[in-house]
Amino acid sequence: MQRLEQGEGESGRLSPILTVNNIEVVYDHVALVLKGVSLTVPERGVVALLGANGAGKTTALRAISNLLKGERGEVTKGSITFAGERVDRLTPNNLVRRGCIQVLEGRRCFGHLTIEENLLTGAYTRPDGAAAIRRDLDHIYETFPRLRQRRTSLAGYVSGGEQQMCAIGRALMSKPRMILLDEPSMGLAPQVVEEIFAIVRELNLREGVSFLLAEQNTRMALKYATYGYILETGRVVMDGPAEAMRENDDVKEFYIGRADAQGANFRNVKTYRRRKRWLS
Amino acid sequence: MAVFDPVKVAFFVEVLVSGLLSGILYALVALGFVLIFKASGVFNFAQGAMVLVAGLALVRTLNWLEAHLPFWLALLLALSFAGALMTGIAWAVERFVLRKLVNQTALALFMATIGITFVLEGLGQQIFGAQVYKLDIGLPRDNIFALESLFDGGILLNTLDLWSALLAAAIVGALAFFFQWTRTGRALRAVADDHSAAQSVGIPLTRVWFIVWVVAGLVAIAAAAVWGSKVGVQFSLVYVALKALPVIIVGGLTSVPGAILGGLLIGAGEKLAEVYLGPSLGGGIEHWFAYVVALVVLLVRPQGLFGDRIIERI
Ligand SMILES: Nc1ncnc2c1ncn2[C@@H]1O[C@H](COP(=O)(O)OP(=O)(O)OP(=O)(O)O)[C@@H](O)[C@H]1O
Ligand SMILES: [Mg+2]
Repeated sequence: MQRLEQGEGESGRLSPILTVNNIEVVYDHVALVLKGVSLTVPERGVVALLGANGAGKTTALRAISNLLKGERGEVTKGSITFAGERVDRLTPNNLVRRGCIQVLEGRRCFGHLTIEENLLTGAYTRPDGAAAIRRDLDHIYETFPRLRQRRTSLAGYVSGGEQQMCAIGRALMSKPRMILLDEPSMGLAPQVVEEIFAIVRELNLREGVSFLLAEQNTRMALKYATYGYILETGRVVMDGPAEAMRENDDVKEFYIGRADAQGANFRNVKTYRRRKRWLS
Repeated sequence: MAVFDPVKVAFFVEVLVSGLLSGILYALVALGFVLIFKASGVFNFAQGAMVLVAGLALVRTLNWLEAHLPFWLALLLALSFAGALMTGIAWAVERFVLRKLVNQTALALFMATIGITFVLEGLGQQIFGAQVYKLDIGLPRDNIFALESLFDGGILLNTLDLWSALLAAAIVGALAFFFQWTRTGRALRAVADDHSAAQSVGIPLTRVWFIVWVVAGLVAIAAAAVWGSKVGVQFSLVYVALKALPVIIVGGLTSVPGAILGGLLIGAGEKLAEVYLGPSLGGGIEHWFAYVVALVVLLVRPQGLFGDRIIERI
């Protein structure tokens, strides 16, 4: 399968590493939550998937990573292609082996394991030996110096920012080509969010990891992504280069909230965010 | 004054030690429960039946092979056979029960393990027989007197109990090592902490469940070997295994050290209660003491002494 022609010009149109083609997702055999979603992540791209809460961002990421089954969800239509191959019938284990891994919403570190043990679980699928894993562990500690200081602490007892770093580091230990990152900003102070996003950019530029970034924090996500999609009740309602989106009036309006139909919705978003921030 | 009467102290120590020794055996069975509960959230009612089946398989093949082969070889083969059988059971349980019931409620899974219990008890006795079988795995069984320098006449111990305890301690140590230091052990702990996150990093749940049932099966063999040496392999092993229930309630459903300490506590407690309270309460305390302790713990600290999850109604 030939891929990887370098981008021509400023449009940066590289061959896609991930293509989601018109998928539908149903929960519990009845609730249709994604109603035909298509999106593309170019090789070495950072793409943002935006939308208010309940829009279907997490569902879309779980559909890609094959983690819907545990939530009694199912992809009923459409196809998903990763690195040139259909992946919509694989197990999560198999997909991680191929280089696509998800960092779950809410970080989900293993609370009773130390930070270092958490990182090592990320290497579970790797066939290469202990020496290579050690080397990569060191590498993760260079990327996240705070994790090195905390390596023997139980993950349940470190700060939210450190947990988010641990979750990303854990995913990196699988040597992924692509990370599906679900709401990294959730419940974190603004400067910590900056720090996390800066690391995402660094990983993208330095190591060529592609990112699909689900975020409610539209401003922040569009600052670091190159391209964006906006989901609304299970449909993509807008997409485009991040720069254009940042300037777009509709997006600004979306971000500030729509006066008409979305009014009530937006209030929910705001209280939800506030709740998240206070609770975590 | 009377407390320091050396004869009484020696007697107390004797009772305490024998209680602790049987406590270690309770702990061994409880460990099987805890392992499965931690890794899969399944309250495995079938642990007792697994001990019975393991014991029957072990004793029947051993008795049969002994006649034809040198003892150690027969023992080795019988243990391997029991191991293979427990692995097969683990495979079947994962493949035909757990995998079908993913995402069902804890109650549905609990009911399923009751079903597994009946199947194992029925088939086990059908295939291997339902009598009382004497098991001798070569452990010495003399009475000895220990600590003679400390107490006049020493305290009376049974070497079978001592060896059983050593064996149990070795198994617990091996398990601790496995969970703490191996890649698979780490994966099991990760699954116990957060299924979904473990899946997200590529740890296959079905494989983990299989491994954990195999480990619980091996622990069942060990429990059957030592209990069987003591009381013979028979259906009542299932009731011995029931003692593990109060043990895990006391120790906490999710705690491996809790299972061990809970076992010791109940083992020692029931013996001491029998000896010291028995005369005034009319004896037989040994049989219900554990359940009363468990009830008290449930009322005072429902997650157990070391657990962090509350046991829900079952
Ligand atoms: N396991 C489930 N069973 C049934 N419905 C679900 C399930 N998970 C999510 N949903 C529904 O699917 C819709 C989309 O949820 P999803 O979690 O994908 O949204 P989201 O965009 O990630 O929101 P948030 O920003 O709050 O994380 C919601 O209406 C939600 O109620
Ligand atoms: Mg979400």
